[in-house]
Amino acid sequence: MVSGADRIWGRGSWTGGSLPRGLRASTVAAQGVLGTVFLAYTVFASNPLMRLAQPPVEGRSLNPLLQDPALAVHPPFLYAGYVGMSVVFSLAIGALVEGRVDAVWSKWVRPWTLAAWSFLTIGITLGAFWAYYELGWGGWWFWDPVENASFMPWLVATALLHSAIVTEKRGALAGWTLFLSVAAFTFSMLGAFLVRSGVLTSVHAFAVDPTRGVLLLMILGVTSGIGFALFAWRAPKLGQGGLFAPISRESALVLNNILLAAATVTVLLGTLYPLIRDAMTGEAISVGPPYFNLTFTPLMAALLILLPAGPLMAWKRGDLRGVVQRLWVAVLIAGAAGVLTIALVSPSKAFGAMGVALGFWLIAGALTEIFERTRAFRVPVTQTLRRLVGLPRGAWGMTLAHLGLGVFVLGAVFETTWKLEAAEALPIGGGLGIGAYEVRLDAVDPVKGANFDADRATLTVTRNGQPVCVARPEQRLFTAGGETTSEVGLCYQGASHIYLVLGERRDDGTEPRWMVRAYWNPWATLIFLGPVIMAVGGFVSLSDRRLRLGVGRRREQEA
Amino acid sequence: MTWRALLVGIAAALCLAAASDPAERLPDPGQEAQARSIFRDVRCLVCQNESIDDSQAELAADLRKIVREQVSAGRSDSEIKRFLIDRYGEFVLLTPRFSVGNLALWVAPFLVVVAGAGLLMARLRYRPIEADLTANEVEQLRRIVKDETH
Repeated sequence: MVSGADRIWGRGSWTGGSLPRGLRASTVAAQGVLGTVFLAYTVFASNPLMRLAQPPVEGRSLNPLLQDPALAVHPPFLYAGYVGMSVVFSLAIGALVEGRVDAVWSKWVRPWTLAAWSFLTIGITLGAFWAYYELGWGGWWFWDPVENASFMPWLVATALLHSAIVTEKRGALAGWTLFLSVAAFTFSMLGAFLVRSGVLTSVHAFAVDPTRGVLLLMILGVTSGIGFALFAWRAPKLGQGGLFAPISRESALVLNNILLAAATVTVLLGTLYPLIRDAMTGEAISVGPPYFNLTFTPLMAALLILLPAGPLMAWKRGDLRGVVQRLWVAVLIAGAAGVLTIALVSPSKAFGAMGVALGFWLIAGALTEIFERTRAFRVPVTQTLRRLVGLPRGAWGMTLAHLGLGVFVLGAVFETTWKLEAAEALPIGGGLGIGAYEVRLDAVDPVKGANFDADRATLTVTRNGQPVCVARPEQRLFTAGGETTSEVGLCYQGASHIYLVLGERRDDGTEPRWMVRAYWNPWATLIFLGPVIMAVGGFVSLSDRRLRLGVGRRREQEA
Repeated sequence: MTWRALLVGIAAALCLAAASDPAERLPDPGQEAQARSIFRDVRCLVCQNESIDDSQAELAADLRKIVREQVSAGRSDSEIKRFLIDRYGEFVLLTPRFSVGNLALWVAPFLVVVAGAGLLMARLRYRPIEADLTANEVEQLRRIVKDETH
C-alpha cells in the first residue's frame, strides 16, 4: 500500500549559513542520519513504487471518507510540522555534541520551531474541520488517540517556542530548551507510531500495519534514546544563565512551560494508560473525553488566565502592580462578558459563562499588549499609528497567536455549552424545530456521482416563516467498496452553523420517511478561525527581519 | 489487514449521533437528558473508540435500551454505571475510575505541576558562585586593561 506519509518523512532540507562550523557540521550530520533512516524505512518497509504481482482488475478504491480536499491537504501539513521538528531535534543534537548553547543556537531553533508549529496548527485544524463536516456527528474533537498523537507534538512545540525565547534573550533554561527540542521530535515519531501500528483503537485509523509499527517503534527508540542519552550526559555541564526574580518575564514563561508540560503528560497518559494498565494488570480500561475534561481543561484554564500578564512583564524583575494596572480594562471586559452571558444567554451555565469571560480576557489581553506598545490613548493618534506600523513582525505574530487562542476559546465554549440537537424521522413536507429555526424536508432525490450513488435531501431552513437558507445534505453509497458516508449540509448564520445530516430511509409507516438530524452549533466558525489566526501569527513572526539572520551578517561583510 | 481497514471505515462512517433517534427516546425530557449524559460516558464495546451516544452499532442500540429502561425505572447514574461495570468490566466506562490502579493517571498531571513549581523555586534561589580568577587570568586582565588605557 502506498502511504505518502512514509515518503514525506524521508525529506528535510537544511541550510544554515551563519551557524558556527562545528555546530553546523554536527547538526547536518544528525539530520543526514535521520533522513537516511527514514528513507531506508520508506524504501525497504513501505516502498511506494513496488509492483504488485497480481494487480486487481478493479481496486477497492480509496476509503470514501478520505475522498475530500481538506483531508488531502491535512496530512502533508502535519508531516511538514513533524519534519520541521526533526530539524529542531538535529539542532539539539548538534548543540549537545558541541556542548554549547548560546543565543545564535536559539536564534536558529526558533524559526524552525515556529514554522513546524504553524504547520502543525494548520494540520490539526484541518483535521478537526474535516471530522466536523465529514463524519457527520456534529463534533470536532473526541480526544481520540489519533487526534492526541498530533496534539502532543503541538503542545511540546508550543512550550519550546516559549522556552527558546528565554534561552535566546537571557541565556537561561538552556537545558530545558534542549530537552523540549528532543521531546518535540520524539512526540512526532510517537504520533506516527501510534497512528500506524494500530496499538490503540481509534476512529481515524486508516493505514494500520503492525509490522511497520514495530519498525517505527525501533526507529523511535533508537533516535530518541540517543537524543535523551546525549542530553543526560551533556546537559548538566551547560551554564545556568541569567538570574531572574519570582515576578519576571522569565518566571511567567517558566510557568507557561510547567503547565504545558503537565498538559502534555495528561494527554500522553490518557492516550497510553489503557496500554500500560493492560500490560501490568491485564485489566482493560477506557480513557475517554470525560478524563480530559477533568484534567486537561483546568490546567489549560490556569494557563490561559495567566497568559495576558506574561507579555506585559519585564525581563529579570517585573512589576506586578504595573501589570495589573495595565490589565484592568481587560479584566473589566472579561468580567462584563461573563456577567452578560449569565444574564442574557443562560443563567444556569456558570462554566460556560466563565469560558466566555476567559475568551474575552485573552482577546482583550492581546489587544492591551499592542496598545501598550503603541502607547495608544496616551499619545496623539498619528504617533500611535506610526508606532503600530513600526512594530516588529515578531510582536504582531505573538499578538495574533494569543488573539487567535482567545477566538478559539470563545468558539469552543459556545459550541460545547449551547449546542442544540434535534432529530426526527420526516416524511416529505415534514419539519422539525431547532432553536429559533424550522427545518422542512422538501424532497429527497437520487443523485449519481462520479463513483457513488447518493440520496440528496433538499432542506429549507426558515426563521419566523422567513426563508433563511437551503441545505442539501447527502447520503452516499460508494459502489466500489460498499461503504456509505454522509455529506453534511451546513447553513452559516454569522459565525454559527445549522448543521444538517440526512440519515437512513424508513419504510415502517404508510409513507417513506427519512431520519433528519439537525444541530445548532453557535459560534462554531470561531473554533476553526482561531487556530488559523494563530498559524497566521506564526508565519507573520517568521517573516520578522530579526529571524532572517543572514541579512545583518552579509551587510557587515560587504562593508 | 485490508478487512480491518474496511471495517474501520464502515465504523467511522456510521458515527452519526445515533442516540437522538426519536424511536428510542424516553417520553420524560428530564429522564431522557439523564440517559443521554450516561450515554456519553459509555463505550460502544465493538466500535473504534466511540460512545454509545454516537454509535449506530447494534450493540450500542441495545446498551442504550438497557440504560433507558433503568433510567425510567428510576435508578441513579451510579447504580446504572455499576450495573454496566458488573457485566462488561471497567472498559465500558469512558471515565476511568478513581482507584489505586488508576492513581498515576489521575495524579500525574498535578504532580508535574508541583514538581515544576519546586524546580522553579530552586532556580529562583540559585546564585552563581563567583569563581576566583587564577593568577594567570589576573595577569591577562591587567594586560588588557593596560592596553585599553594606552
